[in-house]
Formats: sequence, C-alpha cells, structure tokens
Amino acid sequence: MHRVVITGMGTVNALGHDVSETLEAMREGRCGIGDLDFQDVDRLSIKIGGQVRGFEAEGRYNRQQMSLYDRFTQFTLAAAKEAIEQSGITFAGETAAKSGVVLGTAGGGVSTWDANYRSVYEEGKNRVHPFVVPKLMNNAAASHVSMEYNLKGPSFTVSTACASSNHAMAQAFQMVRSGLAPAMITGGSESMLCFGGVKAWEGLRVMSKDACRPFSANRNGMVQGEGAGIFVFEDYEHARARGAEILCEVIGFAMSSDASDIVMPSKNGAARAMSGALADAKVDRSDVCYINAHGTGTAANDKTECAAVADVFGPHADSLMISSTKSMHGHLIGGTGAVELLACIMALRDGVIAPTIGYEEPDPECALDVVPNEAREASVTVAISNAFAFGGMNAVLALRKI
Amino acid sequence: MSVKDKVIEIIAEQAVLEPGDVSMESTLEDLGIDSLGLVESIFAIEEEFDVSIPFNANEPTESDFDISNVQSIVLGIEALIAEQKV
Repeated sequence: MHRVVITGMGTVNALGHDVSETLEAMREGRCGIGDLDFQDVDRLSIKIGGQVRGFEAEGRYNRQQMSLYDRFTQFTLAAAKEAIEQSGITFAGETAAKSGVVLGTAGGGVSTWDANYRSVYEEGKNRVHPFVVPKLMNNAAASHVSMEYNLKGPSFTVSTACASSNHAMAQAFQMVRSGLAPAMITGGSESMLCFGGVKAWEGLRVMSKDACRPFSANRNGMVQGEGAGIFVFEDYEHARARGAEILCEVIGFAMSSDASDIVMPSKNGAARAMSGALADAKVDRSDVCYINAHGTGTAANDKTECAAVADVFGPHADSLMISSTKSMHGHLIGGTGAVELLACIMALRDGVIAPTIGYEEPDPECALDVVPNEAREASVTVAISNAFAFGGMNAVLALRKI
Repeated sequence: MSVKDKVIEIIAEQAVLEPGDVSMESTLEDLGIDSLGLVESIFAIEEEFDVSIPFNANEPTESDFDISNVQSIVLGIEALIAEQKV
C-alpha cells in the first residue's frame, strides 16, 4: 500500500477563477450565487445560481479548441492547468505511461446538447456542427486533459450525479494507493447553467428561488452552481523524491448504495459511507475535526445527513465542525465534491474552517456545529468530505494534515 | 464574392493560412487539414451555400464529391449549387 498525497489543486467556480480567489471567498464567507444570465432565463421560475462570471473562452482557447470544448471542458482544462503547474509534475516515460485521469461529471456537455437541440427543434435547422458528439460526451474533459498533459494510463469519467467527483477521486486514490499509477489527475466539473439544464432541475421542485441555506430551519432548497475542481493525487514517495509541496494526505474512502429510493436520501447509506471511510483510513471517529457536508439546503438531505453524523460519531458529533460551502458556490452537481475538497484542504493546511453562510435559524433536526456564517480558525488533523447522490450512491473521502 | 473565393476563404481559415496561400492545385493534405478539419470545412461550406454535400468520412474516395484538391471542391460546390437551387 502506497501513501497518497495531493500535490496540486485547481478550480474555476462562482467564487473565483483559481484556488486563491476561491479560498479567500470561503474565508470571508462570500456568496457567489446571483442572478442567472443566459438566453431565455425569463422563462424559468428559478433564476438564481452560482454562475461563473467573466470566464471568457475567447483568448483562452483557439478557434479549433473552442469548437471542441464545451464549457465543462473549458473549466476542467483551466483548473487542471492550475493544479498541474502547482504540482510541478511532468508526465514522461514510465510516469506518463502509468498515470491517468479520472474525472466526475453528471451531465457532461449539457450546454452543447441544449444549444444544438435549440438549433434543430426551435430554429428548424437541419445541420449541426460536426463536433457536437466529441464536444458533449461525458469523457471529453478527461480526454482533453490526457491529451494536453500526455497521460497515457487509465483514464475515464465517472457519473453518479451529485457524488460523481467523490467517486472519481476515490477511484484515483485507489489507483495510486495500490501502486497502479504513480500519479492521477482527478476531480470533476459541471456546467448545467443553461435553459435546459436549469429547467430540468426546476421540474423536481427542490430548488430555492432565493438562497441556499444549508442546515438553517428556514432553508428552502438547493441552488445550482457550475465549475470544476481538479487535483494531482500522487504517490507520497514519488512526490517526496521530486521535492514537491504536499498539500495534504488522502487516507481513505468508502462508497455505499442506499438501495432504497431514486431521490430520497437514507441515513443508513450515508452513515455506512462515513464509517466505512474512517475504517479504511484506520482513524478513530474522535480524530475527525471537520466534515465538509453534502449540505444541499434541501429539507431531506440536511436532516438525514445530520442524523447520519450523529449515528456515526456519537457524542463526538457535538464537538466536531460540519459546514456546507454550497451556500457560497452553489451545488456543482457532478463537480461539487471536487470544489468542496478545497475547503477540506484549507481546514487541514491553513487551519481555517469555511462557514455555512445564509444560516438564519437553528433547526433542532440539524443540531450540530455548522460553523454558521463566519469562518473559524481551528487546528484540524483529519477531515472527511461527504457526497450523497440521487440514486442513493454515496462516496466519502478522508484526508489528513501532513 | 465568387464561389471560388468563398471556398478558398473557408479552407484558408481552416488551415490557418491567408487566402493568397491557397492555390487551386493545393490538396487538403498540402494545406495541413486533417480529417476533423475536413468535416469542419464541409460543414462550413454547407452552411455558407446552403447545400448538402454527399460526403461520408468512412469512404471519402467513394463519395460522390471529389475532394482531391481545391479546384475539384470548387467545381463540386458549383455543380451542387446549380443542381440544388433548381
């Protein structure tokens, strides 16, 4: 078994176009959610989201690249560049042959589907651009990362709705831990903020019209976000040998399936994923100081998640901190676990706990320390990151300060 | 703009060249246009002239449309325009 560390991180999301902007916003408890801006937004009843502003593909990518990169791929490549540059890793020879890319996304090129359906159905056009398929496919982002950085080992895309990134990072972790790969690029991205993407979510009647307020008694639903989070997971000895800066260690994971309902979460499934991750990491529950919650701001998730935390951690549940950064960047669906891992790294490396903003009223069913509204300084040695998806598929990662 | 000039403009843009660098004898290979570039050029030409080009990337030489050089493409488009506008 090889120890696995994170040596690079990158992101684009509603809080910032890189990690330092994002972490600064999290420290300040800034909200990146605002009015959505895209064609036909006036026909939506949900008009807010964590939309990435000022991220122009023009100038960043050339004409040929633009014709092949959906927005979810654009976010991925920008975040991958930041992560790989920070890591300083280069992929050549044996390292290139064995290293790969495992990314999560729920929808892939949603805005490419949307724009082309609009063109053939609404505008009556009978011809679409030849690259529609390679642009919208769910593995497009992972493929472009592999091509850009010469990653020739195992690469694929994982799609488990809101847990996609956590499932992807768990796979990457396993590959490095088992010795299959010296390094893996992992994380996830999502870009569903277009008319069709939001309209679909609207139909489910779980969206808030005004704000994402996880754990607050007056919470009224989730708010979508978009963006990407990308990391370099690397064999500890490999990273040390090249003198890389180590951000934190990944020490364990667990996945579970509720096997019960297509949308309603289960306390038992969530609890089994959390306790499984602690067992895999060989840490005691009392070692966990911070939980990055799934914390969607829906009635169902937040109370189920808190009940699961109480079950797993017992009396220690009252002394740990649990926060949901979705209150700031929105729910990035398949990319959410990746952006939220940044909050875990900030807790472990910088000793700063990102707050749950928008918290207004205590809810007796969520009676935990949710770090309301303001970031807090604390020394954290072990953190876990939760993701519980529609379809009852759960994935939890455990990390340690190094 | 004539069909010839417009086709040259589309092909030059795809090849990232100036139109003056594209001769009627140039093959797409000479111009550095790969198979993806070819289907993209065909799409751009179809859009420009509102014609449908009978081209199958699986068997380019079997298609009823000659892409052996710029000249043959221009002639093919002119024929299609004449045919499909009737």
